[in-house]
Amino acid sequence: MVIDWIDFTPLESLLGGLLVGLAAALFMIFHGRIMGVSGIFGGMLHPLKGDFFWRAAFLLGLMVAPIVAHLAGSISAPKIDGSVFQLVTAGLLVGFGTALGSGCTSGHGVCGIARLSPRSLLATVLFVTSGMVTVWAARSFGFGG
Amino acid sequence: MRRLSEFLIGLIFGLGLMISGMTNPSKVKGFLDIAGNWDPSLAFVMGGAVIVSLAAFRLAAKRRESLFGRVIMLNDTKPIDVKLIAGSVIFGIGWGLSGFCPGPAIVSLGNGEWKAAIFVAAMAGGMVLAGYVTRSSKG
Repeated sequence: MVIDWIDFTPLESLLGGLLVGLAAALFMIFHGRIMGVSGIFGGMLHPLKGDFFWRAAFLLGLMVAPIVAHLAGSISAPKIDGSVFQLVTAGLLVGFGTALGSGCTSGHGVCGIARLSPRSLLATVLFVTSGMVTVWAARSFGFGG
Repeated sequence: MRRLSEFLIGLIFGLGLMISGMTNPSKVKGFLDIAGNWDPSLAFVMGGAVIVSLAAFRLAAKRRESLFGRVIMLNDTKPIDVKLIAGSVIFGIGWGLSGFCPGPAIVSLGNGEWKAAIFVAAMAGGMVLAGYVTRSSKG
């Protein structure tokens, strides 16, 4: 392991993290819900009555963020590399895995750890470890973007 | 009023993800590349986010209802099971391959990125598939 000091952005990442935490905090205080994106998004795929528009409002807020940032003139869009095949494969795995495991980086990784849930702590250790092994394998065996 | 608050919370969340670097797939892969040239930045995202939400959840745990009158549930409702373990490992593989998890992928839709749209469509497909698998294993 070598630390990549060139790309290291502790202040920006901490500030962004505080905003993510603020959003999770407000969601719980106002709405009493765990702010988990995979669950909020997944619930729209088979909507129940009266259970659609709050999800849509939240996801719309997410999508408007780059537009607000663009108007503020600060952040440029990061490049997405990887072929269509890689993105489809990864998307299927992310969708399947988060639905089966009932959560992703926000629901388990942030909210779950913050509420000291043993399930979420285990889930987070597993997906971070599995992501690390995947990145290592992708480089070692020459697949991935 | 509620729809506005959900929208604004989503907006704060999205801006946080952008500022933190989570919406940049190569930065996410840099964090996961612990065996190579490791960029530890994203540990600060989780650290910052957990500190704020931990404090708020402790306050929320003392109340029965949220400000908009919903019951607050902060405890696990399910045990640790095979689905949680297998699902999390599978999610990690997709995360490592693409550098995308669900939140940042949806934020990137707002950039008009067609590649993000492909990812999100495939993600929806994966979720539907998981629904079939869990339903058929039950019955």
